[in-house]
Amino acid sequence: MSLTPEQVQQVAHLARLELKAEMVPTYAQQLSNILAMVDQLTAANTQGVSPMAHPLGLTQRLRPDVVTEPNRREAYQAHAPAVEDGLFLVPKVIE
Amino acid sequence: MHTLSLNELAAGLKARKFSSRELTQHYLGRIAERDGALNSYVTVTPEIALAQADAADARLARGEAGLLTGIPLAQKDIFCTEGVRTACGSKMLDKFIAPYDATIVKKLHAEAGMVLLGKLNMDEFAMGSSNETSWYGPVKNPWDLSRVPGGSSGGSVACVAAGLAPVATATDTGGSIRQPAAFTNLTGIKPTYGRVSRYGMIAFASSLDQAGVVARSTEDAALVLQAMSGFDALDSTSIERPVDDLVGGLGASIKGLKIGLPKEYFAAGMAPGVRARVEEAIAQLQALGAEVREISLPNAPLSVPTYYVVAPAEASSNLARFDGVRYGHRSAEARTLEELYKKSRGEGFGAEVQRRIMIGTYVLSHGYYDAYYLQAQKVRKLIYEDFKRAYETVDVILAPTTTGTAFKFGENSDDPVAMYLNDIYTIAANLAGIPAMSLPCGFSEGLPVGFQLMGNYFDEGRLLNVAHQYQLATDFHRATPKGF
Repeated sequence: MSLTPEQVQQVAHLARLELKAEMVPTYAQQLSNILAMVDQLTAANTQGVSPMAHPLGLTQRLRPDVVTEPNRREAYQAHAPAVEDGLFLVPKVIE
Repeated sequence: MHTLSLNELAAGLKARKFSSRELTQHYLGRIAERDGALNSYVTVTPEIALAQADAADARLARGEAGLLTGIPLAQKDIFCTEGVRTACGSKMLDKFIAPYDATIVKKLHAEAGMVLLGKLNMDEFAMGSSNETSWYGPVKNPWDLSRVPGGSSGGSVACVAAGLAPVATATDTGGSIRQPAAFTNLTGIKPTYGRVSRYGMIAFASSLDQAGVVARSTEDAALVLQAMSGFDALDSTSIERPVDDLVGGLGASIKGLKIGLPKEYFAAGMAPGVRARVEEAIAQLQALGAEVREISLPNAPLSVPTYYVVAPAEASSNLARFDGVRYGHRSAEARTLEELYKKSRGEGFGAEVQRRIMIGTYVLSHGYYDAYYLQAQKVRKLIYEDFKRAYETVDVILAPTTTGTAFKFGENSDDPVAMYLNDIYTIAANLAGIPAMSLPCGFSEGLPVGFQLMGNYFDEGRLLNVAHQYQLATDFHRATPKGF
């Protein structure tokens, strides 16, 4: 499997990643090499094998629905890039 | 003082031969003098360290100290430490001051009374095998400054090997404790998946990540792992099961122990100097009474391709949280919300992280999910079943940790696949979730060689017992790099 520069740009868009234009051909080559290595998996016989979910077969634990955390909004917003009145600021979404 | 074991440091503190403050100042002095050559610390925390040292001295004076109270430790910069920058080797988190402590930070410092010396350099978001992907620059290997210390826990091993911390925490997603330990003559252990809490440990690949420790001996590693382990309600993958006595079992004889040698790990590909040292280690364990037999893990050769589907898939999902809105780097150039996401992530993440996010996004995308992700999880099941079958006939599995010794800077950095193959012997343990460790077994052309022990689930105690018995009979682990 090999990726073209256009496909790399499409994947980067899906991942919301802006790539430097000069990196795109390099990434196309490197990602193609990685996928070629990964392609060894297609040769494995996995008929009737169920995909691994957890090494110990455990499922997610539930906890009682009670309040465990105090409100620490100020502490958690202290390192946010932009906040106002307890809200996170982003560029205008609706014109 | 920096050559003493943790037990010796504890005895010195208890007998008042030196105070925790004096010990801490000794290490802070060594860091200031010598870390310039290594770059192992990203942040040194002298104020916190001295305050914790004074608190430890007070606990010692009151007779309320535990064994580790007052002993310094450095934390891999992947563990959140309240009020201290926690950058995870990334520009993305360069200004991130953690608002809370990881559970292991609480356990080791607030509870056990260890002293935080600082935060350690690492590959960006723990993605790398050489420490060359760190935003803070590569860490140098104290055994040869022109060589890598391994990764991703490169800062952890370099500082302990150079005596700039008595012991350090580390994490292992595909070999990030064991490969660097092997490259720097240290003992490193990754416990069973779920044994150590990951609350406050920045996520890379959640079905594989596990925290552990790197140390100068098995005994040191056991003492710290004991204090880190245990159930934590704040980590939904934490295992509800009491922790074994890891230290108490170290002295048991290994006579009659059944060691499996997986033939796939001893096939071609290993450097002759590594093969020779690992074979000597096997002979030494036989001399101690262990029985050795060949086993087969037929699907182990598929570990690397399996990992490079599963780990990037999980990473692409985990790293979606870095959006330039709530924390982390935010681009100054963005005019729309989509630009804010794209530019913040494009500027904040380095090339290796970007590659893995793209691979992960690709293998999870519509039309490719079954062929890549689902197939990889099925092969992972086969790898897991190989181990289950093996542990029906053997107690532990022994293998090399790495194919060669520490390589030079730049040797693999332009070829991701060549770099990924570095972890060929370590990844299977993460895919299966079993405990595994690396310990020193000698040198090849002056560079350290390690071998690996892999155990059954929750068999950390047995691994440490075997390693300790080996270290009682050998002194490779006592060698330290010249100049440090």
